Amino acid sequence: MEELQKDIYKIEKVELLPVIMEKKNDYWRLLQICCAFADGKYEVTYSFASGYEIANYRLVVEKDEEVPSISRVYKAAIFYENEMKELFGLNVEHMKVDLQNKLYRIDAEVPFMKEEDK
Amino acid sequence: MAQFLTFTKTVMKNLFSKPATTAYPAVPREYPERTRGHVEINIEECIMCGMCMRSCPPGAIEVKRAENTWTINRFDCVQCGYCVEKCPKKCLSIVPGYQEPGDAKFVDSVVKPVVEKPAEEAPKPAAEVKPAE
Amino acid sequence: MPKRSIVPFGPQHPVLPEPIHLDLVLEDEKVIEAIPSIGYVHRGLESLVTKKDFNEMVYVTERICGICSFMHGMGYSMAVEKIMNVEVPRRAEYLRTIWAEMSRIHSHLLWLGLLADAFGFESLFMQSWRLREKILDMFEISTGGRVIFSVNKIGGVLKDMPADMLNQFVSILNDMEKDLRATTKVFLEDYTVKSRLVGVGILTKEDAIRRGAVGPMMRASGIEVDMRKTGYAAYNDIDFELITSKECDSYGRCCVRIDEIFQSIEIIRQAVKKIPDTELSATVKGFPNGEAFVRLEQPRGEAFYYVRANGSKFLDRMRVRTPTFANLPALTQTLQGCQFADVPLLILTIDPCISCTER
Repeated sequence: MEELQKDIYKIEKVELLPVIMEKKNDYWRLLQICCAFADGKYEVTYSFASGYEIANYRLVVEKDEEVPSISRVYKAAIFYENEMKELFGLNVEHMKVDLQNKLYRIDAEVPFMKEEDK
Repeated sequence: MAQFLTFTKTVMKNLFSKPATTAYPAVPREYPERTRGHVEINIEECIMCGMCMRSCPPGAIEVKRAENTWTINRFDCVQCGYCVEKCPKKCLSIVPGYQEPGDAKFVDSVVKPVVEKPAEEAPKPAAEVKPAE
Repeated sequence: MPKRSIVPFGPQHPVLPEPIHLDLVLEDEKVIEAIPSIGYVHRGLESLVTKKDFNEMVYVTERICGICSFMHGMGYSMAVEKIMNVEVPRRAEYLRTIWAEMSRIHSHLLWLGLLADAFGFESLFMQSWRLREKILDMFEISTGGRVIFSVNKIGGVLKDMPADMLNQFVSILNDMEKDLRATTKVFLEDYTVKSRLVGVGILTKEDAIRRGAVGPMMRASGIEVDMRKTGYAAYNDIDFELITSKECDSYGRCCVRIDEIFQSIEIIRQAVKKIPDTELSATVKGFPNGEAFVRLEQPRGEAFYYVRANGSKFLDRMRVRTPTFANLPALTQTLQGCQFADVPLLILTIDPCISCTER
């Protein structure tokens, strides 16, 4: 784990589930999950909060790489993960509820990706 | 008894007081002076830089330098006032008075009067409104 | 085992101002499970950051929602200011605070009206919206818009409120407070209203954390979190108490929101007293480069802004996590095991804003 800036930590894929479990056991709530696509890679940020404290964990994955789902640990993650999958085409594995790209019912495939990145 | 007839006082008050609504459209609505109704231009000061056209979020303004015209589609305009803020000559202003609804979209076009180089007192053509499409 | 049936709820329903669809799995009159689905008003505003420059985006973010429009513009501006290290003048921060609190009053009054409408108390609905109208008039006088204010910019605000205008607003609010007491008393004390709210839609403290609930929904479950206490804008100069409730039910949420209305009036009074006389906006030069997140308390709860910039005039990514998006999992929790007749009311108690949710 490496601190990128205040409250943002970069983690590896193997660290993700241990970190999530630790947060869950400490009664942190899931604040949000955000996906961004920059420099040919996905940046997935998991934010947790407890009271006024906040911690963001950044996972950087290649374009076709799979991301483990956390929706079995945090039920609230279902919407965030489906959103990332539908808007960015991020490959989230084993989601608890897979809405099959029907969360927002958009015609276009992966609308938030730029043409050249698709 | 505190749980019952809690609304009675309000009902009685409403029965014997003036209505909160106005008799629009018989009595026209008076807008405060800051109301963002529509964009107006003082065309004499305009330098046709096109800053408003580039900054407009919905793309409602069109500036044609060659034809000396400043055109706005008032049906697309969202009255955000960003053009007013960006204008380098401060010749745009946003004033009360909303665009009336119509059966088709049209544009308002303002032609910049051509000022002759020598100090000839040429009569300035008035701003005209022409429907397009 | 009793027979189960699925009843579709929405997207068109008298109680819903905006479209959301729920599939309710019923066992007789009891809801076993609720499956929400959204996607009727998705506009993709977040992806506009790659097409509009970062200054223009202030006006776009305002249009995410018609109720907390001011706070969306404010949250986005704060995030960009954080990246660019812009020191916002104090007066601008106070003005933002005042407008934000006015938005909170107007949003909560709107919600109270809709709640009254949901349990069929039409005249109470009218009464709440009548009070809200005064706030909208104040917005029109001060900013020029009733719903979309367009007063935020990166680095400050665009319009000033002179001292006489501020004092006039405070006196309007003082007069309003009496009417508010009379109206909110009905919500808190009336027998019929209480019988619809008390004990309906329990969300325990643990569930609220597990499901990530935010805002009044969370505070009504006894969790003391209010992002205003982190002291953004001018909140660090202002004294206010956190409003929580231990009821965990719809009545608790109603109490929290009603108390917040009076708290907002008090915050405005304090802010008007303390407002300093400085510039309205700082000059902003160059383009943002870096990333920042901002959390702020909207009427519906905590909103999360994430902005990632790359040093050009277009941003890489803007993310808005709106309060309703976070409250949806909590909604499905409260719906489990409730009566079918309470469903419209429970959907309303999270104060749903679907335009916000889908952006």
